[in-house]
Amino acid sequence: MIRVEEAAFDVGRELAAFGTCDGLGNDKIGAVASFVGYVRGAEPGAPPLVAMTLEHYPGMTERQLAAIEAEARGRWPLADVLMIHRYGRLVPGEPIVLVAVASAHRRAAFEACEFLMDWLKTKAPFWKLEETAAGAEWVEAKTSDDAAAERWR
Amino acid sequence: MKLRYFAWLRTRIGRGEEFLDPPAGIATVEALVAWLATRGPGYAAALAEPRLVRVAVNQDYVGPDHPVRPGDEVALFPPVTGG
Repeated sequence: MIRVEEAAFDVGRELAAFGTCDGLGNDKIGAVASFVGYVRGAEPGAPPLVAMTLEHYPGMTERQLAAIEAEARGRWPLADVLMIHRYGRLVPGEPIVLVAVASAHRRAAFEACEFLMDWLKTKAPFWKLEETAAGAEWVEAKTSDDAAAERWR
Repeated sequence: MKLRYFAWLRTRIGRGEEFLDPPAGIATVEALVAWLATRGPGYAAALAEPRLVRVAVNQDYVGPDHPVRPGDEVALFPPVTGG
């Protein structure tokens, strides 16, 4: 399932529902791996972060996330995939993204989860605007994220 | 043609979307971006460094040689930073 939403999500509730309560009900699932991304406070020496505003491209975002999920399902035997990404104004400590993957074995679940995040970071059309006392600045894309996505080619 | 701008391209151009009819002969992404850059100081500032601009046509990433046609939705934005 893919969700792009403004509202906060409850990590515990989402993972409990993903693993047990959503009707998966099959005994083929042996592993659920998950990743939660949070709004991090300022780097040492930088002005305190007041908030992070995430902008996205409605329509294209969902299409790109679906394409990334399809790619993962083609590479690993996955029972289910959950991708939740928020947009709007978030404060430090709030969760931004949750990715969870269910599979028969842990290796596929771990790898697919990492793959989904690496590709999401470089392909899903989201942009971060950092707000500090010094003003607001768009976060620049990192070449390390490109390198992380590239290693799955 | 529907143009959409995101993140700092949106703030520099001063709008999130608009409908434009590019002149005849503007047939590729590269030509479209070059033409947009001539439309005013905001556009010129946003598109000053084409290597920092990503383009999607009808919501799929494309390269500079990709064709653009009337009726397309063309989005311009910086490299993504979600997650």
